[in-house]
Amino acid sequence: MEFAELIKTPRADNVVLHRPFYLAVEGTLCLTGHHLIFSSRRQDNAEELWLLHSNIDSIEKRFVGSLGTIIIKCKDLRIIQLDIPGMEECLNIASSIEALSTLDSVTLMYPFFYRPMFEVIEDGWRAFLPDQEFELLSSVTDEWRLSCINKEFSVCPSYPPIVIVPKSIDDEALRKVATFRHGSRFPVLSYYHKKNGMVMMRSSQPLTGTNGRRCKEDEKLINATLRPGKRGYIIDTRSLNVAQQARAKGGGFEQEAHYPQWRRIHKCIERFNILQESLIKLVEACNDQSHNMDRWLSKLEASNWLTHIKEILTAACLAAQCIDREGASVLVHGTEGTDSTLQVTSLAQIILDPRCRTICGFESLVVREWLQAGHPFQQRCAQSAYSNSKQKWEAPVFLLFLDCVWQILRQFPCSFEFNEQFLIMLFEHAYASQFGTFLGNNENERSKLKLPQKTMSLWSWVNRSEELSKFQNPLFEANSLVIWPSVAPQSLQLWEGVFLRWNRPSKFLDEAHEEMINIIKYNKELQAKVNALRRQLAEMETDDRMQENL
Amino acid sequence: FPSPFFLQVEQVKLLDRFSTSNKSLTGTLYLTATHLLFIDSSQRETWAFSRLFNCPTFLHSDIFGDNSLHCLFLYLLAKYEELYAFSYNPKQNESEQVKGWQLIDLAEEYKRMGVPNANWQLSDANRDYKICETYPRELYVPRTASKPIIVGSSKFRSKGRFPVLSYYHKNKEAAICRCSQPLSGFSARCLEDEHMLQAISKANPSNRYMYVMDTRPKLNAMANRAAGKGYENEDNYSNIRFQFVGIENIHVMRSSLQKLLEVSGTKGLSVNDFLSGLENSGWLRHIKAVLDAAVFLVKAIAVESASVLVHCSDGWDRTSQVCSLGALLLDSYYRTIKGFMVLIEKDWISFGHKFSDRCCQLDGDPKEISPVFTQFLESVWNLTEQFPQAFEYNEAFLLQIHEHVHSCQFGNFLGNCQKEREELKLKEKTYSLWPFLLDEQKKYRNPLYNPGFSPELTLLEPNTVSFNFKFWRNMYHQFDRSMHPRQSVFNLIMNLSEQNKQLEEEIKELEAKIKWRNGQSDAILAKEHQQSAHPAPVALKTPPCFKKEQPLIPVNGAVRTIEGSNTADNRYSEFVEEFSKAEPAVVSLEYGVARMTC
Repeated sequence: MEFAELIKTPRADNVVLHRPFYLAVEGTLCLTGHHLIFSSRRQDNAEELWLLHSNIDSIEKRFVGSLGTIIIKCKDLRIIQLDIPGMEECLNIASSIEALSTLDSVTLMYPFFYRPMFEVIEDGWRAFLPDQEFELLSSVTDEWRLSCINKEFSVCPSYPPIVIVPKSIDDEALRKVATFRHGSRFPVLSYYHKKNGMVMMRSSQPLTGTNGRRCKEDEKLINATLRPGKRGYIIDTRSLNVAQQARAKGGGFEQEAHYPQWRRIHKCIERFNILQESLIKLVEACNDQSHNMDRWLSKLEASNWLTHIKEILTAACLAAQCIDREGASVLVHGTEGTDSTLQVTSLAQIILDPRCRTICGFESLVVREWLQAGHPFQQRCAQSAYSNSKQKWEAPVFLLFLDCVWQILRQFPCSFEFNEQFLIMLFEHAYASQFGTFLGNNENERSKLKLPQKTMSLWSWVNRSEELSKFQNPLFEANSLVIWPSVAPQSLQLWEGVFLRWNRPSKFLDEAHEEMINIIKYNKELQAKVNALRRQLAEMETDDRMQENL
Repeated sequence: FPSPFFLQVEQVKLLDRFSTSNKSLTGTLYLTATHLLFIDSSQRETWAFSRLFNCPTFLHSDIFGDNSLHCLFLYLLAKYEELYAFSYNPKQNESEQVKGWQLIDLAEEYKRMGVPNANWQLSDANRDYKICETYPRELYVPRTASKPIIVGSSKFRSKGRFPVLSYYHKNKEAAICRCSQPLSGFSARCLEDEHMLQAISKANPSNRYMYVMDTRPKLNAMANRAAGKGYENEDNYSNIRFQFVGIENIHVMRSSLQKLLEVSGTKGLSVNDFLSGLENSGWLRHIKAVLDAAVFLVKAIAVESASVLVHCSDGWDRTSQVCSLGALLLDSYYRTIKGFMVLIEKDWISFGHKFSDRCCQLDGDPKEISPVFTQFLESVWNLTEQFPQAFEYNEAFLLQIHEHVHSCQFGNFLGNCQKEREELKLKEKTYSLWPFLLDEQKKYRNPLYNPGFSPELTLLEPNTVSFNFKFWRNMYHQFDRSMHPRQSVFNLIMNLSEQNKQLEEEIKELEAKIKWRNGQSDAILAKEHQQSAHPAPVALKTPPCFKKEQPLIPVNGAVRTIEGSNTADNRYSEFVEEFSKAEPAVVSLEYGVARMTC
């Protein structure tokens, strides 16, 4: 398909760009296959705005006489306004943007066309392979093995080809367990806690149905992870009620009678459209500057966003607590095991494992627990807060996860190697990107699309020192402890870096942040200088002493 | 012990509200005039100012389940002389005490603003508190306001609080003036008062009209007319622009804070209960209203160069809030540590904000209690959040001042007005807080402070969109450590910048030594045979051999320690409760308060 067919008016002059907290700028607007480009004419202050069509969440047009106005709402929550002279130009441009921002085919997306201008040092597609992860694991325990049972994605379409399972369970048994779990997502290892050898596994719901079906192999598999005489905890991310209702549709939960060594805890985390609506309401509240205090607080409350944050964090803390404090192994699942389950398992690892708080470790966590674990990014991130569509599979599940990480980061500002910008960057790229990393819904789709061959990985770009330096936390000091965040409502805050980013000037906050970094940098310089001077003085002294001895 | 026990209760159980261990300690409780002391079976002492329990801000009705004990704690002092400030002895000699009280000199402050000048003068009308008992002796008024005008105007103003200068803006030649409401009723007028206002507008050569800000909601002001009070009729005063700004009265504020504390003190609070509680309390709405009023005032002065007269009913609560915040936004001096003390002395202490009544220092009318000053501090805190580099002081400074307003340890905030303070001989019998704060100002410095912050424009223009106002967790959960970030960026930066100063010093020292040594070795080369000329080795802090570069001064270890490694502290305790059953609670004492104050 030719993009040119979709672009009826590729260029418009005398367009005025309005953005909050900036003066309006006049310039030229250009449309290309993947970008909306605005370039101001003034020589002294040339300004360019490049916007990916895929970043556009919705577009509105208005007319006053022959002056058309297009309001573009982006997935990163920014809103810009373009005044375009000429009714026809405006209509053409609007319809082009609409068509280009809602392309059906993944292979038409920008990552397939993007040619990087930087030198790739390390291929991000090969940076986080399961075998490497397993190597780390096998250095501390021999109770687990790599299984290639899903090599052709034949057992579970949403799992990666290689998974880690208990050594004592053979592939035959796994195949049987897969038939007993929703979407064939049989229990696999998510995290091994080196401190006490406890593990966290994840899966989807068991297909017990109304007649209480059971599966011996399933029971055997998860029991295989328990130490003799030890109990484990199953954390079901649905309420008991929802879990019970799931039985009518063939799903269900583990009956205590059949899993006597396990205790089930229900921790309700909301799903899909409830989360999507929450995001829409929250962004709506943040974007209206005219709200009085009562209205703002009641809108913030009505959005329920912070309630979801608290629920997710609480469940993750609970899982971490079972592992670290109770010395028990944990199995986490909801219904499909691709959303709330992953929020819980990945956040629990951030709490427990210092490695996940480094940049590389966090990237590896996102790859393992989100991309390879089959979180359907393409469906969930198809639209953001300004979508009008009522598709049921869109949900800010990943954004909620990032928000939770931000909450922990705020409470432990020195324990993370990365900064807030890193999290914001991941949010942006999950929704619209020149990189192929977040395309597709699972490894199966990614391999069919040949993403590693045809697109560039986000990690190839991020993990170069030029980029990394932007995402490093100057306060970082490795902290090997488990970090327990507070989930009291007074401790949770609105993530201003994302939700108020375009709604308030941040000059003073940015300057203060810069000053903070300067103090840290200056400290390092001074330390180095003192060291050098001391050494010089010491050398002079030894010289003197040698002379004395002569 | 500072004074004999009033009461001693055996077999008391102490519960730490901020610990979730649910284990109570049994011991003996003592009450003294100034402190509350709990000694547990292992002789560990827990101290608290008994004052703080009277402090409405932190009085939780569930402190004591037992009624007799409850009565015990509602025990309040009837006389100022029984307050801690009168027995507090910081081992200062008399001259230090006097010097301490002289630290803040308001005459100096008016001089700094640029008064007296051609248009403004010091009036001796109130030298003996004859015209207004609740004003200070020294008042600045327009030169054209003669004594009869002052006297006449004061008779037309509630409690005699006639319009006087609060802040003078040198560049704009505009003034912030303050007063109480006029006794206008439905139609009364007073020529002297009209002259007074005219004198104020004439004292400003750059603008002929002035603003009159009534900080009350219009309805309240109108209701006051029935009682023979009210507000200025624009028809009677020439060249005034009258404006209501709608800050609620002390009673609304008191119940608002009570609601807020109820919500924040609830255990197992959900996010929505917290947010709706926050909304229902109206607390942040009030803070926003106060700051909005200050912004309005500042615009009048900075944009229109117009003078502003601010009043409420009596002119000592809302008026103090708005005048002081306005000055703080206009003048960067008030954003320094010393300047902030001056501001409080001027607009709050000297102009008769009734600290004793509002903070319930003595057994008084509970309806007089109100967190007006707390709101001022909270507004300042909100500004420090928006302008992290504009203030020399930090949050700890605000919290410390807040504590001492209620602790009654120092004389500054005792009493309701200057006259009362003089009668109490506070300057002889008690100590001033400010020198103590200055002595430990290291703790209160903002490491990010930039004195040159927008130098051409010292004006702060805060954004008062609702989402900028946040719940002040460090105030209302000061002692609930589990709720705060476990690592403080602020402390870390403070230590680093402190360390930077030390390192700079050390570099100077080292460089000097090296230079000196270079000189010496030249000398040695010159007269090699003279062994005695060799200097004694300079003492080194570190061994002379260096193998590896290490950080030289460890950043205070405590800062980076991770607290809250106890999961039970983190509010996801439903699960924990299943493992350990709680003991029945008898007495729950705010352990945290004691920890902090003693």
